[in-house]
Amino acid sequence: MLSNWIFVGIFISIAAVFPLLPIVLARFLAPRKPNPIKLDTYECGMETVGDTWVQFKVQYYIYALVFLVFDIETVFLFPWAVAFDVLPLFAVLEGVLFIVILVGGLLYAWRKGALEWA
Amino acid sequence: MSFINDPIGFLAEWITNFLSGFLPEAWVIFIVTLLGVIITASFGLIIVIFLIWLERKIAARFQDRLGPNRAGPYGLLQTFADMIKLITKEDVVPEKADKLTFNIAPILSVVAVLLIWAVVPFAPGWIGTDLNVGVLYIAAVGSFGILSILMAGWSSNNKYALLGAFRAVAQLISYEVPMLITLMVPVLLARDMGMMTIVESQNLWYIALAPISAIIFMVSSIAEVGRTPFDLIEAESEIVAGYHTEYTGMKFGMFFAAEFLHAFTIGVIFAILFLGGWRGPGAEEFRLLGVVYLMLKGLLGYFIVMWVRSTLPRIRIDHMLAFNWKFLTPLSLMLLVMTAILDKIFGDTALRLPLLLAGNVLVLFLGWLALRWASRRQTKTRRVFKKRPVAKPA
Repeated sequence: MLSNWIFVGIFISIAAVFPLLPIVLARFLAPRKPNPIKLDTYECGMETVGDTWVQFKVQYYIYALVFLVFDIETVFLFPWAVAFDVLPLFAVLEGVLFIVILVGGLLYAWRKGALEWA
Repeated sequence: MSFINDPIGFLAEWITNFLSGFLPEAWVIFIVTLLGVIITASFGLIIVIFLIWLERKIAARFQDRLGPNRAGPYGLLQTFADMIKLITKEDVVPEKADKLTFNIAPILSVVAVLLIWAVVPFAPGWIGTDLNVGVLYIAAVGSFGILSILMAGWSSNNKYALLGAFRAVAQLISYEVPMLITLMVPVLLARDMGMMTIVESQNLWYIALAPISAIIFMVSSIAEVGRTPFDLIEAESEIVAGYHTEYTGMKFGMFFAAEFLHAFTIGVIFAILFLGGWRGPGAEEFRLLGVVYLMLKGLLGYFIVMWVRSTLPRIRIDHMLAFNWKFLTPLSLMLLVMTAILDKIFGDTALRLPLLLAGNVLVLFLGWLALRWASRRQTKTRRVFKKRPVAKPA
C-alpha cells in the first residue's frame, strides 16, 4: 500500500520536471528585451484603469458553497458504494435516505434563488 | 512469461535481476519504480504531440479545410515546428503580476493532467500504480487543474484573466458535482474504487448497464476540460483568452498542451469506466493488444469531444449553470439512487441488465418531461408580457 503512494510521490516530482524543462530551455533560447510598455497589463491597447484585485460578484461564492456540500457528500458516499456487497438492503436504503436529504438541501438552495445567475 | 506476451513485464524482470546483482533491494525497487514513472509520464506527453496534429487535422476536416500539410508528410511535423517557435518566443511576465504564482500555474496545469495517468490501467498488470482509491484519486487530482486556472487568472493582474478565472470557478466546480456522482455509478457496479478492478469486473461494458450515466459523465467532463460548448473560461470574443491572456511563449504552450492532454485523458477515463478499458479479444494473452484497445476506445471518446466542439456554439453562463444545477445534478442523483436500489435487489439475477436499462430509460423520460415542463413554463411567462404599442401612421 505504501509503495503505491511512493510511486505517486515520485510521479509528482517527475511530472513537474517535464513541463519545467521546456520553460527553462526557453529561458536560454528566447530573446529578452523587456520595456515598460511590453510589461504593462494587456487590455486591448488601452491603459488599465483601477485595481484588478477587487471584491467581485458574490454569486460565484454561493456556487462554491453549494459545490462544497455535494463534494463532501460524495466523499461520504464512495465508501458506501465500495462496501455495497456486504451492506444489507436496509443500509442501502439508508444511503438513499442520505441522498434524499441532500436533494432537500438542493431544493432549498433552488427555492432561495442560490442557483440563479442574477 | 515471454517477451511477446508481456514485453514490459519481461523487461522489468530483466532489469530487476540485473540490478540486484550489485545493489541493495530497496534501491532496486526505487529504480524500477522510477523507470515505471518515467515510462507512464512520458507516454502521456508523447501522445499529446500526436494529438495536437490529430485535432488540428480533424477540426480542419469538420470545417472543410485541409489543416496542417506543409511540415513533413501530412503535416505530421507541424507540432515540432510549433514547439520550436514557442521555445524561441520571448517570455513576457507582466510587471504587476504576482510572479511566483504566475510561473507555477502553467507547470501545475500539466502536472494535474499528467497525474491522472498514474492510475490508468493500460493492459492486464500494466498500470502505474493500482491505488485502491483510484476513482477518488482521479477526482482529487482533477481539482488541481481548477487550482492552476485560478492561480493563473488571479496572478496575471489582468481583468480579462480574472474574469476567466472566476468563470472557471463557477463552471468547473459546478460540473464537478454531476461528474463525481456519475463516477460513483461504475464504482457501485464494480464494488471497488481501484481502476484495475473496475476494468476486470466489466464482463459486460458498463455503458450497457448505465448509458445515461455515461452520457452525463461525458458532458460534465467536456465542461471540466473547458471545450466548446463550455469554453466560457477562454471565450475569445468576450474576454480575449480568459485566464491565459497574459501568458506568452512556452508557458502558454503548457496550458495548451495540458488542455489537449486533458481532453484525451477524459476519453481514456470514459473508456476505462464505461467501455471496458483494455478488454477485447486476445488482450489477456498479448498485453500490447490491450494498450491498442484502450487507445482506440480513448480516441473514440476524444473524437466525440472534437465532434461536439465543432458542432455546438458556446452557451451563455446562466444557461450553463442552470443546466448543471437544475438538470444534470438531479438527474445524476436519481440515476445513482435507481442503480443502487435495483442493483442491490436484482444484482445477482439475470434481470440485472434489462431492469437497469429500463430504469435508465425511465429516468431519461422523467428528465425529458422536466425539460418539456420547464420550456412550456418559459413560453407561458413570455406570453404574459404586455403587448407593446405599435406606432401607427396617422
